[in-house]
Amino acid sequence: MAAADKVDPIHQFQIHPIIPLHIGGYDVSFTNSSLFMVVTIVLASAFLYWSTASRALIPGRLQSVSEMAYEFVGNMLRDAAGKQGMQFFPLVFSLFMFVLVANLIGLFPYFFTVTSHIIVTFTLAILVIGTVVVYGFAKHGLGFLKLFVPHGVPGLLLPLVVAIEVISFVSRPVSLSVRLFANMLAGHITLKVFSGFVVSLSALGAVGIAGSVLPLAMAVALTALELLVAFLQAYVFAVLTCMYLNDALHPSH
Amino acid sequence: MANKTGPDGTGETGRGRQPEATIRDDELERRRRDLEASLATRRTDRLEGKDEAKAAAGYGQALKLSSEFIAGVVVGVGLGWIIDRLAGTAPWGLIVGLLLGFGAGILNVLRSAGLAPEFGQGGKPREPKE
Repeated sequence: MAAADKVDPIHQFQIHPIIPLHIGGYDVSFTNSSLFMVVTIVLASAFLYWSTASRALIPGRLQSVSEMAYEFVGNMLRDAAGKQGMQFFPLVFSLFMFVLVANLIGLFPYFFTVTSHIIVTFTLAILVIGTVVVYGFAKHGLGFLKLFVPHGVPGLLLPLVVAIEVISFVSRPVSLSVRLFANMLAGHITLKVFSGFVVSLSALGAVGIAGSVLPLAMAVALTALELLVAFLQAYVFAVLTCMYLNDALHPSH
Repeated sequence: MANKTGPDGTGETGRGRQPEATIRDDELERRRRDLEASLATRRTDRLEGKDEAKAAAGYGQALKLSSEFIAGVVVGVGLGWIIDRLAGTAPWGLIVGLLLGFGAGILNVLRSAGLAPEFGQGGKPREPKE
């Protein structure tokens, strides 16, 4: 089964250390995942820096792309959390750019997709929900807990409703991270499987090569779909972040 | 706003509201709206009959709702299990956590479908039907 090894669709998600490092019994090696996180950050920062370096009043092509990204995230945050929400703009914009660039980089063959690992997306989600909780308590004190008490619930049902609300709140970072991770993982596996069909079929001779056109067309279509998903998931992540920050700003509406 | 050249902290871009620019702004706003309206009609023409786009949207919706539901159940069970570990009440924490998590999952799904009020808002959903 040598052929089966070649088209192993999970192989692309393997993490291997590039610079092994062990500090105090912990494995803190610089892995391929770390490498692509660095690449993501460098690419996003360099793009934003170079595209806006000219500071032209009438933006060029690259500058208008940066300005569109800025206005896109800015409007999203203002719509969801109001003018006050703009103090979180650096956080939301960094998250959006990181997820978007990481997703897009992952689409290149042989590149590693950082966001296809749940620990990465979960860390990002914990960062968001941690900000919400810390800011909510710092700003509203115990009034933040009103978030868990809906109006007009009879006293007898209150403990049950509050318990459900708390679980629902805690489940937010889980669903936020699972959604991003599952989309990237599923998309990349599907892409790999269909590309694998092309290779296996074309090994069967003339008929196989003719037949391999079908999975090839599918792989092309899936690449386009993945491009859409990469953008959509970054957008969804940022939009939900804005909605959660809105809860921290206005817990009882 | 004493300093016109510095950022005013509102996050607005552009030159800001200046009196001599309002007429031109209105004119531009009107043109932009016209353009958007004509673009919208063209876009619907182009999108009609695109099954793939619809399938992708449905797939996204399905993934979204299922992840919301699963997250509720998983967190409920997890919290119940932790309470069991800490208080030694096994298996009751797990059972109650599972049931509450199921409820929270349903609530998550209803919320993300816009059928239940958001956090901190009680009473009626967004469209009251009374």
